Amino acid sequence: MAYFPHTENDVQAMLQTIGAKSIDELFAAVPEKLKNSEFPEFKPISEIDLLAEINELRHQQTGQTVSFLGGGRYAHYIPPVVPALAGRSEFYTAYTPYQPEISQGTLTAIYEFQSMICELTGLDIANASLYDGATALAEAVSMAAAATGRLEYVIANPLHPNYQAVLKTYLGPRNITGQKNITPNTAAVIFVLPDFHGLLSNWQEYLAKARENGALFIVCADPLLLSVIEPPTADITVGEAQPLGLPQNYGGPALGYLAAKKDFLRQMPGRIAGRTTDDRGQRPFVLTMQTREQHIRREKATSNICSNQALCALMATIYMSYLGTRGLQTVAKLCKANTDYAKQKLGNIPGFSVDKGEHFRDFVLHCPVSAQKINEALAPNYKIGLPLDDKNLLLSVTEKTTKEQINKLAKELSGWQKN
Amino acid sequence: MSNIPAELKYTAEHEWVKIDGQTAVVGITAHAQSELGDIVFVEMPAVGKTVTQNGDFGVVESVKTVSNLYSPLSGTVSAINPLLEKSPELVNKDPYGEGWIIKLKDFNPAEFSALLDAAQYKEKIGE
Amino acid sequence: MAEKLIFAYSQKGRQAHTLPEAPPVNFGLPERKILRLPEVSESDVVRHYTRLSRQNYGVDNGFYPLGSCTMKYNPKINEQIAAFEEFTGLNPSAPERAAAGLLKILYETEQMLCRIFGYARFTLQPAAGAHGEFTGLLIIRAYHLEHDGGKRRKILIPDAAHGTNPASCTLAGLQAVTIKSRPDGGVDIDELRRHLDDTVAGLMLTNPNTLGLFEKNILAIAELVHNAGGLLYYDGANANATMGLARPADMGFDVCHLNLHKTFATPHGGGGPGSGPVGVTEKLMPYLPRPTIDFNGQEYFLNHDRPKSIGKVHSFYGNIGVILKAYAYLRLQGSAGLKRASELAVLNANYVKARLQKAYAIPYPQICQHEFVISVKEWKKQYGVSAADIAKRLMDYGYHPPTIYFPLNVPECLMIEPTETESKETLDAFCEAMLKIAAEVQSNPELVKSAPHSTIVGRLDEARAVKEPDLNYFAGAEN
Repeated sequence: MAYFPHTENDVQAMLQTIGAKSIDELFAAVPEKLKNSEFPEFKPISEIDLLAEINELRHQQTGQTVSFLGGGRYAHYIPPVVPALAGRSEFYTAYTPYQPEISQGTLTAIYEFQSMICELTGLDIANASLYDGATALAEAVSMAAAATGRLEYVIANPLHPNYQAVLKTYLGPRNITGQKNITPNTAAVIFVLPDFHGLLSNWQEYLAKARENGALFIVCADPLLLSVIEPPTADITVGEAQPLGLPQNYGGPALGYLAAKKDFLRQMPGRIAGRTTDDRGQRPFVLTMQTREQHIRREKATSNICSNQALCALMATIYMSYLGTRGLQTVAKLCKANTDYAKQKLGNIPGFSVDKGEHFRDFVLHCPVSAQKINEALAPNYKIGLPLDDKNLLLSVTEKTTKEQINKLAKELSGWQKN
Repeated sequence: MSNIPAELKYTAEHEWVKIDGQTAVVGITAHAQSELGDIVFVEMPAVGKTVTQNGDFGVVESVKTVSNLYSPLSGTVSAINPLLEKSPELVNKDPYGEGWIIKLKDFNPAEFSALLDAAQYKEKIGE
Repeated sequence: MAEKLIFAYSQKGRQAHTLPEAPPVNFGLPERKILRLPEVSESDVVRHYTRLSRQNYGVDNGFYPLGSCTMKYNPKINEQIAAFEEFTGLNPSAPERAAAGLLKILYETEQMLCRIFGYARFTLQPAAGAHGEFTGLLIIRAYHLEHDGGKRRKILIPDAAHGTNPASCTLAGLQAVTIKSRPDGGVDIDELRRHLDDTVAGLMLTNPNTLGLFEKNILAIAELVHNAGGLLYYDGANANATMGLARPADMGFDVCHLNLHKTFATPHGGGGPGSGPVGVTEKLMPYLPRPTIDFNGQEYFLNHDRPKSIGKVHSFYGNIGVILKAYAYLRLQGSAGLKRASELAVLNANYVKARLQKAYAIPYPQICQHEFVISVKEWKKQYGVSAADIAKRLMDYGYHPPTIYFPLNVPECLMIEPTETESKETLDAFCEAMLKIAAEVQSNPELVKSAPHSTIVGRLDEARAVKEPDLNYFAGAEN
């Protein structure tokens, strides 16, 4: 039991001011039948004992020395400035910046985040972030359905299966469904960059088809990749910004981003910070366009989201500021160079192969024997990669991956054709 | 005390209507704009759209809130206020004049009996 | 002075990072021509964000009586535990063996929540309260689809409820129907009865309600809704008043969401990340999102084999980093500590209310639970001073203001929730400030209306922000 500053004297004095004899009296409105119902209690523990327990549990998880796991979350280098600054408690213990006079820190950082996301995506407007990439994509399709009055979406190239599952859960209840063909009933065409298998391909054909049919073109893009390629001319670009300075966190917290052409401002879900003036002639920031939001529009709102991943967006903003244009591009290029090297090295092992084309971070290794068995044998307590099916492993590298690690993996794999 | 011109008719939802020959001009009352605060956006119907009495025809947004607009009469939208797109604050500044919202034609004068007069509206808003 | 933007520090050629030169590579796509991220030094970055942090107000800066938001103290041990690299560095596709410790923690978190709130199971997947509402409503929808076909689509919601409730209904393909409350804020039983037909999917309630009052008739309400074939949804926004004292499942709620970032002391992060676990009674277990975290007596594992599941609501398993902090809080408090937290939260709210009631109009003067509401509508008429003015003036006294203009059915209201982690001295100092402001309203209303005077920026032109949107530096006028 902790965090209660009340002494017994305080409690008595406060009850006296209230005019109550006991704390129980304050709960007079609660039916007797409900009060203090029996349930299995659990005992409080001290910080020392808790840490000892946690230390034991976390040391059970030390199999993860070298991994080639990616598939949606990536082990990028996180510069120490990111946790040091985002760890300032003026940031992390604040509420949503509804009172701008005492929230300029969070608001300024959100405006910077929006600006950087606009710059990366080449679009006009961005929101203050969403839960993760999958829910950001679902919100984008929802926007497209509202803007076009249509109920179908088409996924152009391989999308992460978890993203597909989230789209179904989010959109199915409103009868917005995934279809194979782009037709005049299509609300949105979704193009993934890179796709689930790490492949980079050109979107022009799908963009043209979307335009022909009056559908919106939604790109689901890795933000790091956008630093080195010309951004697609999408109507809405979304994605997962975990690679921008966030740890993998076993999947969350993560950072969904959403940017759009300015025509879609009124349909865009989530918080937005804007710059305005104050009564002293300064140019501060404030949450704006709030009438789009659920707490005002209620059942007519375009989305029910009423938070953002503010602290994660702050981390990404600090990360992008620290790296700058060339730094971010260098990270992307180092990832690409390591992907190229790993594909070449592992793809040349007899019996193994990789796909043609340009890949970014993730790529599929086709195995001569069970991918599951290889995984188990090479890393009994961990995984080398993510088995997609019996013969295919999804591997992933980042700028942190070394040639030695890739060489070592190649050496270990080379014995497997014979077995 | 807000301004409630005696020559207008009112809805319980704070719209006013003024008959000008074959045209009915519709807006929101001084009381309504004062309750809403700074108006930042007015969503208006397309010209030619038919509206019904008490049916919603648009939305008015202030910084803090959003509110449906309800038509005092059935009819056809013959004009929308072109100034409101750039200057929605006219609804605050001049709710009975430059801040009008839509004009209706082909309305039904029989529906007038369902509207409030200035005294009734004044009572309704408790002033 | 307000801090300028990071872009203003940018100088061509300046660099903070120490990355090696990248070799030439080919992406097979058109190369980026222009990218205008800032070019700054490490100390520029550090000083800029340090200055920004000083223009923010968090729970660590001071008292934060923000009604309905439960801004309690966020213990530091929680941060330490969530930051261990074995947890933060774990890829979500890692095998269960490699995540064994973490899975055990997640499983135990679920167990503790089940005990305190009375449910059979919780999902930890929703990333926020609104996300939890959406998930819970999808579960209600799935249950009715299986048992009644598609005809039960109406969700009844009291008019004082948070706007998120009806928005979540729409998103879940259900129809929100607003029901009028009694003058004292409680559910009007006759009004409820009128709506209970065979198209009702359920009733969504916050208890204590948004006025801080416990719904006395909750057992009767639950019986009515259940007899009509509907389910009850508990919005856990105000769960901080009930822990170990009145369990939502015992009240009759079939589904419940919690906000770990309110009730379980995880920080709000300036607006997120949060976590919104959803608890269900036994009959609704099959519909929980997949995967659930299960235990087979030997190992903890992710159970994807859930044929009736509503599906996935998050790319992986939820905001694990937030759940870890709540786990630490739950363990350190124990069930008795949680109960004490609720008792003291209610004591603190009633104490502040008792001290303010001579100077402020309190429309619901009875004993409150964890929060209460003030209305300054008479001052608005008499002096032109609004709830927002009082809120801004409080900043001059060094406090974060209470929630204003919510709930919607109380004009010019301020909603005060002190939480249990505040001492009598803190509450007394806050009350003194509130009483001084009450005197100022009458002696010098202009001082209050022009507040705040001591903050780094003054009152903002919010209308301009909407009418002339400046949302992106690169599209802005200064570029």
